[in-house]
Amino acid sequence: MTPAGSPGAGAGIGAMDRRDMAWHVDRAARLLVFVGGISAIVFIVGIFVFITKEGLAFVLGPLKLGEFLTSIAWRPTSNNPTYGALALIVGTASVTGFAMLLSVPLSLGAALFIAEFASGKTRETLKVLVEMLAAIPSVVWGFVGMSIMNPLIIQTFDIPVGLNVLNAGLILGLMAAPIMTTIAEDALKAVPDTYREAAEALGATRWEVIVKVVIPASRNGLLAAVLLGVGRGFGETMAVLMASGHAINLPTSVFDSVRALTATIAAELGDTVTGGNHYGSLFTLGILLFVVTFAINLTADIVVRGIRRK
Amino acid sequence: MFAATRLNRRSYRNQSVARAVFCLMTVALVIPVLLIVGTLVVKGGPAISWEFLFTPPRDNMTAGGILPALVGTVWLVVVALLASVPLGIAAALYLSEYAPDNLLTRTINLAIINLAGVPSIVHALFGVGAFVLFFRFGASILAASLTLAIMTLPVVIVATRESLQAVPQAFREACLNMGATRWQTIRKVVLPNSVSGILTGVILEVSRTAGETAPIMFTGATAFVAFLPESVFDQTMAMSYHLYYTATQATDVPEELTFGVALVLIGMVLLMNAVSIGFRVYLRGLKKW
Amino acid sequence: MVGLSAEAAVANHGAGPAYDEPPVIEVRDLSIAYGGKRALGNVTLDIHRHEIFGIIGPANSGKTSFLRALNRMDAFNSAMEVEGSICINGKNVNDWRNEYALRRRIGVVFPLPAGLPLTVYENVAFSPRLRGIRKKAELDEVVERCLRRAALWDEVKGRLDSLGSLLSGGQQQRLTIARALSQEPELLLLDEFSIAVDPVTTMRIEDVLKELRSELTIVLVTNLVQQARRLADRTAFFLMGELVEIGDTEDLFAGEVKDERTTGYIEGRFG
Repeated sequence: MTPAGSPGAGAGIGAMDRRDMAWHVDRAARLLVFVGGISAIVFIVGIFVFITKEGLAFVLGPLKLGEFLTSIAWRPTSNNPTYGALALIVGTASVTGFAMLLSVPLSLGAALFIAEFASGKTRETLKVLVEMLAAIPSVVWGFVGMSIMNPLIIQTFDIPVGLNVLNAGLILGLMAAPIMTTIAEDALKAVPDTYREAAEALGATRWEVIVKVVIPASRNGLLAAVLLGVGRGFGETMAVLMASGHAINLPTSVFDSVRALTATIAAELGDTVTGGNHYGSLFTLGILLFVVTFAINLTADIVVRGIRRK
Repeated sequence: MFAATRLNRRSYRNQSVARAVFCLMTVALVIPVLLIVGTLVVKGGPAISWEFLFTPPRDNMTAGGILPALVGTVWLVVVALLASVPLGIAAALYLSEYAPDNLLTRTINLAIINLAGVPSIVHALFGVGAFVLFFRFGASILAASLTLAIMTLPVVIVATRESLQAVPQAFREACLNMGATRWQTIRKVVLPNSVSGILTGVILEVSRTAGETAPIMFTGATAFVAFLPESVFDQTMAMSYHLYYTATQATDVPEELTFGVALVLIGMVLLMNAVSIGFRVYLRGLKKW
Repeated sequence: MVGLSAEAAVANHGAGPAYDEPPVIEVRDLSIAYGGKRALGNVTLDIHRHEIFGIIGPANSGKTSFLRALNRMDAFNSAMEVEGSICINGKNVNDWRNEYALRRRIGVVFPLPAGLPLTVYENVAFSPRLRGIRKKAELDEVVERCLRRAALWDEVKGRLDSLGSLLSGGQQQRLTIARALSQEPELLLLDEFSIAVDPVTTMRIEDVLKELRSELTIVLVTNLVQQARRLADRTAFFLMGELVEIGDTEDLFAGEVKDERTTGYIEGRFG
């Protein structure tokens, strides 16, 4: 090293080019955090590989795709087992659909209120409450559906069973709301204030600014929010298991009990023989769930990326 | 001129109507939280006692306390954190400090979004296939915790990345310009200034992990064990699964007891969440730059 | 342009800058762009040991980008693209096996003081610690020497343990200068260092820079034409990403220019 005090007098800057301890430590650290980074990819691939591994024997063997998609007879434990998942698919779709009917307008409305109207303390308080909503564990939601909503629905509508599409849909709607509200609010916040100011300078009211400027400009983000909400509802397990009635059934009204794909796995996996057909069929449902949620998330990501590129 | 005024008046009325409607919508989302917590407190409150918290269940779950479930949840959370916090922080450091803007980085980000988006029951299936069967951990705390760790990994990554990115770029440049390596920059400037934000994320993860049920149902949680877990290869009771079990499977459980379990669970989770939020607000006021 | 600097070398021979030695910095066809947008194009110049090399020009003329490229700062800004070559002591900066070691020998001072979130003492002791100096007494000595040289010691000696960011703007600027000096650099890059510093302190720092010239090489980017005149041996004029002209500072200010735009800028007709 150049002696202190006369820095310029040494062999010159080029002689300093040695890979010292600090350089090697940096390299090692970079490698280490890189491993952390790609672990996310490893895990997502791992999930797919392992559920496919367990489900493959069933998919290649007993699975009849026509029956799987069109029959409502899910009788994996009968002597002559059939694996019709239509009722489960419809069950998931009806609960998720009903939940979205409720949740999408509420969440977007709440996001608009928090982002565009509320300010200061109100806004902070609302955001905290929405976060609290997101924090309630799904098993507690399921319990609420069973023990609070169920008697309430029986009483209000004078029906024998309160565990149905209505119950699970209401619960699921509330569960999916925080993620939609948060992401929609982010999207609204991402619209530059200069847009709002420009429109207000032209004499538009806050409401007109929202309808004509803010919403169109954040359209993609709002769409992504809805998509992620759908993904959330679609994949929810415990609440749907406990609040939907868990009956294999094609619903004709919101008062019918249904059964969801996720709930079927949760309810039945414990009773299966590892490697058996029933076991494999549940993993096949898992593959279906994985593929659909992956597609939803991918679409949401592409949609969001669309805004950034603009 | 007159027409314009009328038009203005109408659009102002629109605005206040919209404001009121959106406000109501927000309230409609928020009210249930308060109602739920309120009901649980009223119905479950009487069940809570020292005996409830610190004794095991008795008489086929119809009496007694929740001690093994509480202890089990602590085991599950601690083991899950041991796995996911270092990994999550490493991933966030890579993404925030090292990663170039390329296809690999985009793929990592997509993988993180998907890890958070995959249904919890699919994580459970993965846990069964990978940890219980393939790695032969059996149904155990280890298998359940690792499943939970992977599921909640995105929480740590996202929170950590956010707090890393809140450290001004100028600090990094100043540090690098003095010839510090990237790692020295991270260790001496970036991490010390984001550690509290990371902690906030970790607390949030604790709250998520404690409440999950589906991922542990088949990987390590069990309805009843008479003893407390002694190693990570034991099966364990857990608060979330205990609530599911007492609410749906066990018979003749007094309502008060089930509500008590739900109250303790939601109390734990919301407390952790409140701590995390409070911490974040406190930090915002404390900003050093 | 290279020819011009050769002439300047003849004119200045023996004064201070070592024009008879090979140049410390050789820049060839340097172009810099940010995300495809060009900030600086085709710069070729030499900078010699013990020289204060001034760079003047209006805002957005590529001066700061030039400094950033010298210090390989493109490595931490993925949008910054550098073409051409920069050799320091005959070695291309891109060929360094350890880019951090390169930066350790180059001190940089930017216009808006970027104090690290550390105490005054730790700000200055940071670089010595990186070099492996551990002894308290030795660190104390380096910290005091550097703070004195940056004309800051008397104002902060009583509060070395308070946060650097609590100092006034001018003090923070001098703190970054002290920090750059603590690297014991062979090359000091200064970018409009006086922007947040009062005139009296500026003059004191300028005196320090003149002293330092006997030990190291200084590249001084400044928006103050007169500062270049007071300090620089040679001065380059950048305009809108183009190197308009390099010349002996005295010649430029005496009106011996090749390009009328230089005189125009120096006399304050634009910029």
